[in-house]
Amino acid sequence: MDANLVAAQLFSGLTSAMTLFLVASGLSLIFGVVNVFNFAHGSFYLLGAYFAYQVVSVTGLPFWPGVLLAAVGAGIAGGIMEYVFLRRIYGRGGEAGFQILLTYSFILIIDDVVKMIWGTDYKSIERPESLSASFTLGEISVPRYDLVVILVGILVAVGMWWIIRKTRFGRNLRAISANREMASCLGVNVPLTLSLVFGLATALGGLSGALSAPTRTVTPGAGIEVIIGSLIVVVIGGLGNFWGAFVGALIIGEVTAFGILFLPQWAILFSYAVMALVLVFRPEGLLARKGSA
Amino acid sequence: MKGPSASSGNAARGQLLQWAAVLLFFAFIPLARRSFFITMANEVLIMGLFAMAFNLLYGVTGMLSFGQAAYYGAGGYTVGLLLTKGVFPYSVALPLAPVVGAALALLLGPLCIRLSGVYFTMLTLAFAELVWGVVFKWYGFTGGDNGIQGIPVPEWFHHPLHYYYFTLAVVAAAVALLRRIVESPFGAVLQSIRENPERTGFLGIRVRRYQLAAMVISGAFSGLAGGLFAGFHRSIGPDMLHWTKSGEVILMSILGGVSSFFGPLVGAGVILFIEDMIGKYTEFWEIWIGGIMLAIVVFFPRGVIGTLYQWTHRKGSRERDGRATAHP
Repeated sequence: MDANLVAAQLFSGLTSAMTLFLVASGLSLIFGVVNVFNFAHGSFYLLGAYFAYQVVSVTGLPFWPGVLLAAVGAGIAGGIMEYVFLRRIYGRGGEAGFQILLTYSFILIIDDVVKMIWGTDYKSIERPESLSASFTLGEISVPRYDLVVILVGILVAVGMWWIIRKTRFGRNLRAISANREMASCLGVNVPLTLSLVFGLATALGGLSGALSAPTRTVTPGAGIEVIIGSLIVVVIGGLGNFWGAFVGALIIGEVTAFGILFLPQWAILFSYAVMALVLVFRPEGLLARKGSA
Repeated sequence: MKGPSASSGNAARGQLLQWAAVLLFFAFIPLARRSFFITMANEVLIMGLFAMAFNLLYGVTGMLSFGQAAYYGAGGYTVGLLLTKGVFPYSVALPLAPVVGAALALLLGPLCIRLSGVYFTMLTLAFAELVWGVVFKWYGFTGGDNGIQGIPVPEWFHHPLHYYYFTLAVVAAAVALLRRIVESPFGAVLQSIRENPERTGFLGIRVRRYQLAAMVISGAFSGLAGGLFAGFHRSIGPDMLHWTKSGEVILMSILGGVSSFFGPLVGAGVILFIEDMIGKYTEFWEIWIGGIMLAIVVFFPRGVIGTLYQWTHRKGSRERDGRATAHP
């Protein structure tokens, strides 16, 4: 196998790792702070992709403002879901089951709403002119767009880390994650923070969808694929662990990219195999530390 | 699902009446003399069995599996493949369906039960998607997304009424067996795992082993339901294993009520009927199912049977209600 091919796969793996990370980190954040497994998280990826299609390809806004708008739109939708529905079931007996059912119903609803508005055929977005070329270094060439996606992923990772560790909002998050009641007693506005966390996390999912729209065609039903991919990432990295999501995404992105080289049709099996290995030897995940968001 | 403590003569008679009513209802459906009802009732029986198999995990043991379609599909493909390749006759292939379902559960179960709660749910989903992916892509063996058409079941079964009564007999036997399992000491352990896995462990019970056993039994009955479906439709496809199928039985069980034994069967009837009705008017039936589910979760967490029971037994004993609230 020659070096160029390896490098190309390495970068393609990194790119998909970053889009996975954006979804998985949101999923992990919601789980860590709100204590909800948002099964519908992939649907916000889907919404982000379709919002971007609407704003960029139909309305004709420039690409980057369009992507930003799509992410914000997905975040607002997520915030509404938490504010109107999800908070009604907090603390109910057997909550975990109800969370799954409630968020599952949102997968069905969002899927059909998307089909009603945009139809079932494939949609695509042109990537911005300035990024359509490839970046070449020696004999290795990488699409510029991929490099930008990787950069955005790293920026978001660092930004999220900064928010969680260094800001007042982040401190509130960690307090709620550790003990919701106590945080409330100490004056943290818990309901508002939970809605904001939900909005932020679903906005990340929307951002991922919007960023992926130019490289993968947009179809309804992508939501479930994405949620399973992120689930694998989160299980590998460690539950509710922020950097775990990052490491897990890198592993899955690269494993899938190189799996395609060897067994193109069965590439997806590799990520399951990695997950099964982690489950057998470290069921709590590679970077699991309890209580970290 | 009343515990053994309620085994006074009265309760036993009530239970017998319940069984007789359900059995008679299904036995007399063909009197309606419309093939639509027979087909519908046949599907309700098959999906009802599937939903009750699921509920052994969720309602009884407290393990919410989102991957039961894998076992249902395994049973369906067992019958489909064995018959089309001419390996075995139907009389051998159908009994093998639950065996294959159980074997698959024995393979995937140990991995899924490594984690609990929501993560257990998601693992079952992930592994079921894996099985679906394999069936979907393995054209050489499973026919890929074309599925298998024209499964050669014996001539006699081609008559809808014949197959209907065959299904009724098999499902009735299977449901009776499920009931025996739930009410056995083994079933009591499963219920105590639902209520409190940790304390059950303190009693010296190997919780994981029982959870795995529940998965295997549920897998077997799901496989049987899948095998019945393959004989009923005589054509199967990978959508039998799709995650939406797993979601459907969850919804059926919740709608009917997971804490009542026949709840999932009632839920299956309601959902299949709604799907059929809505399907006539719009292609967007998923949004309706989603909306109904949302309404149930927010407003009627006990399901149809549970809510009715609550209304009719408002003044009934609180202790008995405690059972229903334990995992609404």
